[in-house]
Amino acid sequence: MRHTTRRNLLKSTLALGCSAALLPDWARSAATSSADVNSLAGTEFDLAVDQFPVQVGGIRGRAIGVNGTVPAPLLRWREGDHITLNVRNNLKTETSIHWHGILLPFHMDGVPGVSFPGISPGESFRYHFPVKQAGTYWYHSHSGLQEQIGHYGPIIIDPAGRDPVDYDREYVVMLSDWTFMSPHKLFLKLKKDAESLNFNRPTLGKPAGLGGMWGAMRMSPRDVADVTGATYTYVINGHATEDNFAMHYEPGERVRLRIINSSAMTLFNVRIPGLPMTVVQSDGLDLEPVETDEFQIGVAETYDVIVQPESSDTLAFVAESIDRSGQVVATLSSRARARAAVPPIRPRPMLTMADMGHGQHTMDSHDAMHPDGETHTQRASHAQHADMAHGAERLQSHSTDAHTMHRDMASADRDHSEMQSEGTPGHEMAHAGHKPDPHGPSEQPIKYEAAVSRGPGVVNLVEAPASRLDEPGIGLEAVGHRVLRYSQLRSLTPNPDARTPEREVVLHLTSNMERYMWSFDGVKFSEVTQSIQFQEGERVRLTLVNDTMMPHPIHLHGMFFEVDNGAGAHRPRKHTVIVKPAEKLSVDVTAEHVGDWAFHCHLLYHMHAGMMQVVSILPKPEHVPHEHDQHEA
Amino acid sequence: MRLVMCIWAAFWATTVVTVANAEAPEEPPPWSQADEIFGADAMRDARDKVLRNSGGQSFGFLLFNQFEHQFGDDDRFSWNGQANWGGDIHKLWFKSEGHIESGDDEAELQALYSRAVAPFWNLQVGLRQDFEPDNLTHFVVAANGLAPYWFEVDASLFVSDEGDVTTRIESEYELLITQRWILQPRIELNASGSDIASRQVASGFTDIDVGLRLRYAFRREFAPYLGVEWQSALGETRDMRSQAGEDTAELKILLGLRAWF
Repeated sequence: MRHTTRRNLLKSTLALGCSAALLPDWARSAATSSADVNSLAGTEFDLAVDQFPVQVGGIRGRAIGVNGTVPAPLLRWREGDHITLNVRNNLKTETSIHWHGILLPFHMDGVPGVSFPGISPGESFRYHFPVKQAGTYWYHSHSGLQEQIGHYGPIIIDPAGRDPVDYDREYVVMLSDWTFMSPHKLFLKLKKDAESLNFNRPTLGKPAGLGGMWGAMRMSPRDVADVTGATYTYVINGHATEDNFAMHYEPGERVRLRIINSSAMTLFNVRIPGLPMTVVQSDGLDLEPVETDEFQIGVAETYDVIVQPESSDTLAFVAESIDRSGQVVATLSSRARARAAVPPIRPRPMLTMADMGHGQHTMDSHDAMHPDGETHTQRASHAQHADMAHGAERLQSHSTDAHTMHRDMASADRDHSEMQSEGTPGHEMAHAGHKPDPHGPSEQPIKYEAAVSRGPGVVNLVEAPASRLDEPGIGLEAVGHRVLRYSQLRSLTPNPDARTPEREVVLHLTSNMERYMWSFDGVKFSEVTQSIQFQEGERVRLTLVNDTMMPHPIHLHGMFFEVDNGAGAHRPRKHTVIVKPAEKLSVDVTAEHVGDWAFHCHLLYHMHAGMMQVVSILPKPEHVPHEHDQHEA
Repeated sequence: MRLVMCIWAAFWATTVVTVANAEAPEEPPPWSQADEIFGADAMRDARDKVLRNSGGQSFGFLLFNQFEHQFGDDDRFSWNGQANWGGDIHKLWFKSEGHIESGDDEAELQALYSRAVAPFWNLQVGLRQDFEPDNLTHFVVAANGLAPYWFEVDASLFVSDEGDVTTRIESEYELLITQRWILQPRIELNASGSDIASRQVASGFTDIDVGLRLRYAFRREFAPYLGVEWQSALGETRDMRSQAGEDTAELKILLGLRAWF
């Protein structure tokens, strides 16, 4: 294998005039940056949050960001170091920094109101924590809507040992959606008319959605993204297409692209036409290499890919918004001053009946629902499996049944009676427990499923949610080349915790697009009266059912999701997972780090509208609370 | 006197909306593990703030659905709009419509408490004050929302302080010809439960407006339009008015602006 030269990030000696103002050096395009990388490395960092002018696609706007650049400085850490970050707030409003995907004591996690009080204007906060992992991560504000207008930056943690990925050159590729609007005005606009930024609505000429089941349910198959290219300028490292972010390579080199979606609202389709990509890492954790031609990246997800262009062609790195209302193109070239040809944007995608949950999916295809959960990628055809799913469905609509089941379970399963009291008050719990099936696997997690609060905020509960892990994502079903699917992801090394979860918590992602209301289980964050509670050391299955028509990148702070995609001990561990429309997806979680952890949809305006909760990991009774955490801090 | 009633009703409705949208004080807090590290007071303030800012916000909305000049035998200026303020569930809701025409002005303002009762429907109660053609106050119950197949509906029942019961049903549809050219068919049907001499109204269906407006949305919020509207008295009301020598039906040409803020 080729020798690894790791710090060739954005190396170029050609200096042209800087077209995009106020970018950190690493984010300047190769054609405009100076030789050395100006990322911040070490163990002590001083970061200042300010408001400042920027230029995007030749237009001036105002950003909120860190150390005067958009994106914020690249922070380069080393696994095993203890690092200190002094964050000063020079704004007139509160700010914060959340270290996305980083495992740390919860009071260093940076979520105002959950893990700390926030950083007031003129104040500073000192973050201090040990670095226990390696990989590509990022950081961003968790205050207000600052993330939308520039308050985000990348983190690279170099492994303590040998990096399993060989590469000659690397680039950070931060995707985002810039707007010249005030993000608060943008949110108000969505509240007044949720489709006001969608310029792909059903028309007389393309009437799909006006009649039929779509019209009857007042849903639109053309409602693929809430916020679109009508207001967004899509950017790579702060560069719009015309700003041309250019990456240099020498033919034959292995180039590592660390792709981070730091958008507020945009899922992107990423491809380099004519050049396959080998995915080697996602969300900071190494994967068994898998080659593909395109992938859909959810907000807050990261993918590291290796590309190895053999010729000296000029290639286009294309990130297209999921609704194809816009795209951003960067250049990958071995020649100086190159600019890739911009490919035409592909036809707009439409939702299908499968996205409504009335699709071709049958109960038989619920891989992820299998209670055993370890090895079931095959199309499960167990009759009992389908029965169980139907049983769970029934519990939703017949509360009498639910209570009967609840009582049955309580008497049958006394060992777990303590856990039953951990429901969320404020909305009634219907415990859908199942006695161990003599013919089935010996251990089945006990299921906790809240009755979804069916107020004005919930338009629909999907009739037949299905596993969609083997699908590439909206609009990528028939693009004529390989597209990455979650079912292909396998962690490079076996996962540390092989226990079968003791219990399963089912959570519904719910919405009313017309009123722009978003919630979990029909309960907005503003209405939450108790967090979701796990016990320290507990292994829990979290099953997410998407009752909405949109894909939601769901993020849990402080721990990783082990996505139940059938890869056994090699199931991929992710900090953010896309739950597709009408999908039922399970992840296993090890509740390791005591504390209160934010849990939310990473689409910024969905979170702002209420699609958020807190997961509290409560210390084992014998522990004195927080002794452990303060130690670490 | 009626003005005082209206102000009183608006005050009352504002109070209801404010109280209903405010979060009831919770005890114990939904989570509190950071309290020991940063202090319970600091965390409580921050927690209240993040909860309020994640679904508990209040919003305002102002819509001029019609703001138009009507060309016909007698030209007139006509408006129909609404404004609301509040959270997702509870809102204070104002509606106003009327027209200015020499000798035949009509103007009304409704102040309502609106509650979201279903995903697509609001139930509203409050008062309506007529300023023209005469001062009259009504109690209002209304339902508004979005019916299947994208029909906007607003149905109101009015009981005047003289005891007369009237109803009004409005429905409109937005047909996008392109993303910016939008055709809006609209119908308004009024009925009365009794003869109301002062308004030249007989019991039964009283009048109907059927309109078609074609707008161009420069922005979704700002769309000038051209349109036609057929306005006609119905049933005994029509007979009553034609006996009085008035026109009972007319086709108007419309030029106006639809805008929201």
